[in-house]
Amino acid sequence: GVWRFQVSAALKEGRVGPRELCQRCLARIKSSGVLNAYISVAEETALKQAEESEKRYKRGQPLGVLDGIPVAVKDNFSTAGIETTCASNMLKGYISPYNATVVQKLLDQGAVLLGKTNLDEFAMGSGSTDGVFGPVRNPWSYSRQYKEKSVPKSHSEDEECNWVITGGSSGGSAAAVASFTCFAALGSDTGGSTRNPAAHCGVVGLKPTYGLISRHGLIPLVNSMDVPGILTRCVDDAAVVLGSLAGHDPKDSTTIQDNFKPFELPDSPDVSKLSIGIPKEYQAPGLSSEILALWSKAADLFKNAGAKVTEVSLPHTRYSIVCYHVLCTAEVASNMARFDGLEYGHRSEMNKSTESMYAATRREGFNDVVRGRILSGNYFLLKQNYEKYFIKAQKVRRLIANDFLKVFGSGVDILLTPTTLSDAVPHAEFIKEDNRTRSAQDDILTQAANMAGLPAINVPTALSERGLPIGLQFIGRSFQEKQLLTVAKWFEKQVKFPMIQLEEVKWHSHDVFQHQKSASFS
Amino acid sequence: AGVRGCGGVWRRAWQHGAGGPGPSSCGQRAVTSNGRGGAVPVGKSGLAPWVAVVGLEIHAQISSNSKLFSGSQVQFAAPPNSLVSFFDASLPGTLPVLNRRCVEAAVMTGLALNCSINKKSLFDRKHYFYADLPAGYQITQQRVPIAVNGNLSYSLCTDNKMSQMVTKTVRIKQIQLEQDSGKSLHDDTRSQTLVDLNRAGVGLMEVVMEPDMCCGEEAAAAVRELQLILQTLGSSQAVMAEGQLRVDANVSVHHPGEPYGVRTEVKNINSIRFLAKAVDYEIQRQIEELENGGTILNETRAFDSKLGCTVPMRDKEGKQDYRFMPEPNLPPLILYDAKSLPANTNHQQVVNIDWIHERLPDLPSVKRAKLVEQYGILPEHSFTLLNEDGLTEFFENVVKQTQMKPKKVIGWILNILLSHLKQHSLTVKESPVTSVLMADLLNLVEKKEISSTAAKQVLAELWKGEGKTPLEIVKEKKLELIQDQKELEEICQAVIDGQENEVIMMVLG
Repeated sequence: GVWRFQVSAALKEGRVGPRELCQRCLARIKSSGVLNAYISVAEETALKQAEESEKRYKRGQPLGVLDGIPVAVKDNFSTAGIETTCASNMLKGYISPYNATVVQKLLDQGAVLLGKTNLDEFAMGSGSTDGVFGPVRNPWSYSRQYKEKSVPKSHSEDEECNWVITGGSSGGSAAAVASFTCFAALGSDTGGSTRNPAAHCGVVGLKPTYGLISRHGLIPLVNSMDVPGILTRCVDDAAVVLGSLAGHDPKDSTTIQDNFKPFELPDSPDVSKLSIGIPKEYQAPGLSSEILALWSKAADLFKNAGAKVTEVSLPHTRYSIVCYHVLCTAEVASNMARFDGLEYGHRSEMNKSTESMYAATRREGFNDVVRGRILSGNYFLLKQNYEKYFIKAQKVRRLIANDFLKVFGSGVDILLTPTTLSDAVPHAEFIKEDNRTRSAQDDILTQAANMAGLPAINVPTALSERGLPIGLQFIGRSFQEKQLLTVAKWFEKQVKFPMIQLEEVKWHSHDVFQHQKSASFS
Repeated sequence: AGVRGCGGVWRRAWQHGAGGPGPSSCGQRAVTSNGRGGAVPVGKSGLAPWVAVVGLEIHAQISSNSKLFSGSQVQFAAPPNSLVSFFDASLPGTLPVLNRRCVEAAVMTGLALNCSINKKSLFDRKHYFYADLPAGYQITQQRVPIAVNGNLSYSLCTDNKMSQMVTKTVRIKQIQLEQDSGKSLHDDTRSQTLVDLNRAGVGLMEVVMEPDMCCGEEAAAAVRELQLILQTLGSSQAVMAEGQLRVDANVSVHHPGEPYGVRTEVKNINSIRFLAKAVDYEIQRQIEELENGGTILNETRAFDSKLGCTVPMRDKEGKQDYRFMPEPNLPPLILYDAKSLPANTNHQQVVNIDWIHERLPDLPSVKRAKLVEQYGILPEHSFTLLNEDGLTEFFENVVKQTQMKPKKVIGWILNILLSHLKQHSLTVKESPVTSVLMADLLNLVEKKEISSTAAKQVLAELWKGEGKTPLEIVKEKKLELIQDQKELEEICQAVIDGQENEVIMMVLG
């Protein structure tokens, strides 16, 4: 087949070896330490894996496209032998005895696992600012593009307070891909946690259909919405990674039984026969005018290419975020119940009674955000509230899913929406609002796809006036990833999103990779 | 509606001194059950009679190789924490995968209890914090269980001799699949709790019986019948002593025509005998409490088998709100029948109710009827045969190998063999007298080679298990019946000769 990851073509042709590739990435992780994208770097095992891969290439028997490709995984996927912390005191030092199915699949296909990426504690957040290991910094903060436009040249000392957030909660994975420390990364997406940081970091972020990829080993936020997400620098790469991960897993009963056939995207995708829907409800309050303008320009691109572009309505969208919060916190309350300090993770010194040990363990182990969600979730699940909140939210969830079904049933193939309301904000500004307020704003355009279980992708589209990435989102029909990615690829080709120009001085990098003609390696 | 399926009416056994039947005044209390089927006149004291209502919640551990949602083995008394998968220990990221065998066991049980099987059932999470519940919730079927609306017929005798049997029916509200918890062992001296997760996640069937019973004896008979059914199906080993069958009893009392009283839940009952005792004690306690002007609290009580009484249990978390929620990691459980089974289905992937129905073994009630019909034995004897594990097979083997009529054989087996077994606390399978030996022995009796009395002596010898045949023992002990007239006369003459004086006295009168 066609080698999608261009770097894998280089590997195959012997222009670079897996070991060298791995070493360079490891060096780059070190030099970009300021980003705080990684929680653990598994240098030793990564080099060992690269070594094995090198041998396979020398024998002329690589395992496939991913063989020797350095990847990173969000720190809420279980990895045997590498700490899995969820950026929480609760799991600091916890080493899972097993690999998540997606991690195992990557390893089985020869990928080199560099390390585990930073996130909001237990993936609860939209900034990657609320983890116990500190916030992730957006690589674009250190880009020439951002500095030229946003940082007053005279105040270079302001740099420290001008760095912008990555978005979240998979901010570490997005930053890792955006800063060339790895070629692909796994995130998780419950309400937008892959697409949101992808938009802010200028990378592709794919949230596949619920049930297409195994969640086994992903430490859950909301079981009924969580999907492993894929972050890459181009749509083709996302398709490759999707192909290597998708399919039934006997360890996850919610994965589809049907066999998944990996696909390749056409080189010159055609969108002329497609019908693109523009949901009017996504003109949400707070949507920045430049994103609105970009969105409408994108619609025009499709129109000009011969696609049918129509405004559509998803009338229940405005209730979505509230319902999302009820369902999310309820499942959080339930899922977090296992962290009692008995079997694994943090255990408080408090030993007056089992109950007091539980209480102290959970107080010490979880941050305010997690505890707050547990509290509200338990409130919604109380006998006297269950009907009023949980059941009602579930009913509205059905209505939201039906909205999508109706629109797709009317002949619309793909929906085009913004991914975020604005470009990334400086950290200093972001933390002025609490996590709950931020999540409500930041998930507003993304969580409906999770409520409906639909596949959605962020495609980096342009730079904002401040020199920061803006992405647009495509939402497709259930299990129609091929169509979704084909459209995304076409769009990607049209918009020619600029490559990040990282400041060499700061990063002492002589990396060949970023001098290639595109950021994507495809 | 009146009291269903139960006409038992209670009154106070006797007057007590001051004070209720608290733990201090625990002891054996006679409880009278006043006939079955009809209200009883107001008692001597002028008080209205009481009617007791008993419902049961029974947890039966499913007999399966692996647990309900994980691949760990199921085994009784394995070394602590040796049968624990990542899922059982609730490691983050693990997910439940439903064990098909457990589903089939529940369907079998549902069918055997005349339930309607729900073609779509759901799983829910029931939350509470406890050391032996690692996930902080139990996966159960709260909203839509796998089987509903069944019934169980059971018989019990109305007198001590078992000659008067009545058949009663208790409605089965539902059967739900759920996870067992682990075990906590509290070490009070070192003030620590040790947790064994071997049992955590083992499949349970919770059988909920409607409050259609009215005394301990009925509850015990119903549970015994359920136990036999489970054992016949193989869906549970149902050994109470090993915790494979756990019974909680809901008990209340009221006056006929009045609404049901406040109920208590009695737990910690670990044998059928104790079930009868616990229920009867609780009924009597409630009656006395009410007659003394007290009230019944809606509480959980534990049966103390040593003291023979129930005592209030300390609640785990005060008033519990289990915060039920749908289990998001398990899709609805869909079952098929011949009609709904889609074409081209992988039979490994689906459970077909009809297929299971066709393969149900004979249930105890059918087995009993067959025994009565085939061998002409009394119905109550068929109960005894089924009640003792292996006794029916023993009986049938003996019948096959002997000329003696089954009606006579049953007497030997139920009266003689069984009492020997009970005396030595042995099960039928442990009996030193095999069915072959028993048949040999009965053949000797049947051929009039030995008397019944001698046969009992031979049986006692056989019990020693020295490997002798009945005939050898007969010979050795000279127990043959003497068939020869002349020989008999000689023996008599010898006896008379040896007792000359007595003979003379007798002759003289």
